Amino acid sequence: MPFKVHRIEAPSNIVETNVSELMSFYKLMYKMRRMEIAADMMYKAKFIRGFCHLYDGQEAVLTGIEAAITLQDSIITSYRDHCQHVSRGGTVLELMAELMGKREGATRGLGGSMHIYNRKNNFYGGNGIVGAQIPLGAGIALAHKYRGEPNVCITMYGDGAANQGQKYEALNMAGLWNLPAIFVCENNHYGMGTAEWRAAKSPNFYTRGDYIPGIKVDGMDVLAVKQAVAFAKAYALANGPIIMEMDTYRYHGHSMSDPGSTYRTRDEINAMRTERDPIERVKKLLLANGVESAEFKRLDREIKKEIDDAVEAAKAGSIPPDSWLWKNMYAAPLGAEMRGVLPGQYHAPAFDPEYKS
Amino acid sequence: SEMTVRDALNSALDEELARDDKVYILGEEVGEYQGAYKITRGLLQKYGPDRVKDTPITEAGFTGIAVGSAFAGLKPVCEFMTWNFAMQAIDQIINSAAKTLYMSAGQISCPIVFRGPNGAAAGVAAQHSQCFASWYSSVPGLKVLAPYDSEDARGLLKAAIRDPDPVVFLENEIMYGQAFPVNAQILDKDFTLPIGKAKVMREGKHVTLVSFSKMVGYCLKAADHLSKEGVHCEVINLRSIKPLDKDTLVASLKKTHRMVTVEEGWPQCGVGSEIAALMQELAFDELDAPVLRVTGAEVPMPYAANLEAAALPQVDDIIKAVKSVL
Repeated sequence: MPFKVHRIEAPSNIVETNVSELMSFYKLMYKMRRMEIAADMMYKAKFIRGFCHLYDGQEAVLTGIEAAITLQDSIITSYRDHCQHVSRGGTVLELMAELMGKREGATRGLGGSMHIYNRKNNFYGGNGIVGAQIPLGAGIALAHKYRGEPNVCITMYGDGAANQGQKYEALNMAGLWNLPAIFVCENNHYGMGTAEWRAAKSPNFYTRGDYIPGIKVDGMDVLAVKQAVAFAKAYALANGPIIMEMDTYRYHGHSMSDPGSTYRTRDEINAMRTERDPIERVKKLLLANGVESAEFKRLDREIKKEIDDAVEAAKAGSIPPDSWLWKNMYAAPLGAEMRGVLPGQYHAPAFDPEYKS
Repeated sequence: SEMTVRDALNSALDEELARDDKVYILGEEVGEYQGAYKITRGLLQKYGPDRVKDTPITEAGFTGIAVGSAFAGLKPVCEFMTWNFAMQAIDQIINSAAKTLYMSAGQISCPIVFRGPNGAAAGVAAQHSQCFASWYSSVPGLKVLAPYDSEDARGLLKAAIRDPDPVVFLENEIMYGQAFPVNAQILDKDFTLPIGKAKVMREGKHVTLVSFSKMVGYCLKAADHLSKEGVHCEVINLRSIKPLDKDTLVASLKKTHRMVTVEEGWPQCGVGSEIAALMQELAFDELDAPVLRVTGAEVPMPYAANLEAAALPQVDDIIKAVKSVL
């Protein structure tokens, strides 16, 4: 699928890669896939509570982004954030433990599925309010520019959030101020259960920035994503914001309460799996370039074991102690006392990001 | 010497911009127009457009941008032309700024000040006259400050900018032009006031008057009047609504055994409601009378001057309330 563009010249369709790069893409995407499938199973087995939004099907988008940027560049996303945790240097165990509400979790059992962060590797979550991350991402880009850093902020949002008013406010200011901001619309074609054309007068999301240039990319093709994001990063650093629309698909429903089949057909999902699956696509390329199928068996086994081990370790983890209820409400608590459920129960909200006590 | 609240706020911003290059101001008309209420007068000229940023009239967007930049290590001062307009952006203040440190298990802090005029001005009717103190003060993760005089304005704003947490800073338009005495200590570039501490403005033994912002002045006037009749009021200026200085309130109640709260905001779930509940939880045996609330009337603010006055606490109302608990 060639790039489609809005107010900009398309980058080249010719990409260079090699077996080792493709292999690293395969490993990361397969890990993401198995991790989300494990989360699905753990949810159904009642080890995971609340909301849980899975990323399987969309792996090439994040994998291609990470291949084109560095950990000094920032990422912020919506509540569909499990895979950013591993792509930004976190472990599967931390993710699984977080989903299970354990103290070993990425956010110590305080954030849950929608609130995973990695500040030291510039991952800003994990945001539960649809579209709110878009101005936040523009603000992170502002901070990069303010400090004169050669870095961009990747702001990821879905086709549902693409209609939010605050997106347009953020785009306008990012454009006015030439912020190094890349707005990545992951168009999986359904905002929860509403098809894009039922929510958007124009579902051509890459054109919706009007004066901001846009590029539409096959989000099931990791090489196309990498190529386009590298292009967008250079553009954003030199000129200001750019919109990327990633044409992608989520195999699971919107969240665990959604079987994903009332607003779309089984045939559509199956066709997507057989014709456009991002992992199979890379696997085919690797097989055609001399990698033995036995190698995949070995790799898949290894990754499945990593996920299984992480699931078991997370299950065996411990629940956060009651005292953690009162931690990290304030960086400077200034002697504040926060009330518990009953009168007379006051607690000092300690700042303790290491959770030493 | 004397200084207006406006100049106190302006000088505090100026000094904090000079002190820390991570501090920047953004908002509507803060730059070339020099502030809708001239709080940012001269700052664009002194610090340039990267430090004093004019935004379009898009509160949700620029508040989100300010919060995002704070997550990434800057120290924004986000001006709302009035707090009424911050309703467009309240999601970013509460869901993004206040909660992220907790949700991120202490990883991502949000050193930001949201500031602007709050409460009733004069003759601007319902959509531009509302006190948000009780709304924001109910949110864990926020700190909420409300200055009364020039000392408060300087000391609290500078403390807010230096604080590593999100601070909601509630000014009052009517107070901007009022001048108050200041001394060398207050004018020192490192003068700050402690967040979370109330100030006893006037000592008294018969009844405690508790308020914040413009109503502190009304309480002082009521206390003046009452002292001529031999009733001595202790007047407490909360300064900080969250954290709330329970200790100072309880200590005063132990002395006077009577308390009246005064605010311009609506009664239900108001700051006074919280204080009344706290006093009976923490010091029931000290109370010789019920804690009374003097509040704004429970109506949207009317335009006509006579009706507007009837909708807001007046000094006479405070005097009546005090007399009714003696």
